[in-house]
Amino acid sequence: MSDDHVYLSLAEEHDDGDARWAFGTGFEDPLHGVDTSLPAGVDAAELAACCLALGDDALVSAQRLAEWTTRAPELEEEVALANIGLDLLGQARLLYARCGQVDGTGRDEDAYAYFRDAGDFRNVRLAELPNGDFAFSMVRLLVLSSWRLAHFGRLSASPDPVLAAVAAKGVKELAYHRQYAAEWVVRLGDGTEESHRRTRAALTRVLPYIGELFTAHDAREEVVAVLRQVTEAAGLALPAWRPLAGAGRDGDHTEHLAPLLAELQSVARAHPGATW
Amino acid sequence: MVTVLTGVRRARHVAEQVPDPELPMLTLADLGVLRGVGIAPDGTVVAELTPTYSGCPAMAEMRAEVAARLRAAGYERVEVRTVLDPPWTTDWITAAGRRKLAEHGIAPPGPAPRPASGPVPLVLSATRRAVPCPRCGSADTQETSRFGATSCKALWRCRACREPFEYVKEI
Repeated sequence: MSDDHVYLSLAEEHDDGDARWAFGTGFEDPLHGVDTSLPAGVDAAELAACCLALGDDALVSAQRLAEWTTRAPELEEEVALANIGLDLLGQARLLYARCGQVDGTGRDEDAYAYFRDAGDFRNVRLAELPNGDFAFSMVRLLVLSSWRLAHFGRLSASPDPVLAAVAAKGVKELAYHRQYAAEWVVRLGDGTEESHRRTRAALTRVLPYIGELFTAHDAREEVVAVLRQVTEAAGLALPAWRPLAGAGRDGDHTEHLAPLLAELQSVARAHPGATW
Repeated sequence: MVTVLTGVRRARHVAEQVPDPELPMLTLADLGVLRGVGIAPDGTVVAELTPTYSGCPAMAEMRAEVAARLRAAGYERVEVRTVLDPPWTTDWITAAGRRKLAEHGIAPPGPAPRPASGPVPLVLSATRRAVPCPRCGSADTQETSRFGATSCKALWRCRACREPFEYVKEI
């Protein structure tokens, strides 16, 4: 790249003939050059399962966030939601790459994203539910980003240095995601009668799904404290909820995941290995 | 005086001068993403890069450009490695980098939030960092969106000179 202006340089012919700005499948390994050996005492299967679940949450969430593009209330919100999705997509790429190194299959990130079916995905069901209205999307983003931030904070001390580094990096990004969602939930809850009603309805709909986010080393208290803080500022009571049975972490998904994946995967499956 | 750089210092200089694809007024050294350049015993030049954001699409371009420039400078064997730890923060942007951003109408970041050991606090009050306008210097500015055209920037506007501007947000 030799120009002062980035867009001019995009059109420049590269002498090595690669089309670096036109990626298709076949991304470079996002962990290229990172020391990926597995430290003694780390359970490879457990680490792979952890990376897969977090990667799937991020990929599915990124796809739902991208669906807001051209449909959000304002251009700035589309840009924000697309940026949040991009951060999550980046996290998913790193997590899938790590998963493929430790689960014994040697798969690359594309194999996880494009060539698994719904039953093989381990994301929580909350991530795959359709976007609904803006209030639902904001309440869901608040819950998912609060949980992911709390969980990544803990994982920053993971005995696996790759996962620890991915998590430590993600914490900084997720703090922005949570802030964005929290401010919207306050604005909507504290807004008009209609926005208040919709936000309350969104909370009632989202809360039964949160149980499957929490596991043994849990972030439940931290997440619930954030939800209380935000709903209080929004003039919304945090309603009581009853957890739904089933768990996306076991591959038990709603009917909404398969159509989401069909759209996400269609090009890669129609033209496996294609680049453009 | 002309200083002729040789060996690893020359290789480092070549890598440092690569412009950032999204903030082309900055070099990778200004941005603080070039973690190190060394020459292995077999003669391979090894450059270490760290991503700004997990999803930053410029990372692959940076990697390719560093390798291409080093090869063009005569180094036959080049390897560009990714380093994730410690994570990049905007505090890695150098003083020269901050000055260049401001000169190009982009407000440079303030100090990054300190890494928290416990839960990251959520602050809902309206108090925000004051970002002076990079064009006229006024403190009468406001955020229009915390997310901008690239992952690392927010959108602001100045109420004094009425111009919008971008701001490299602290991370």
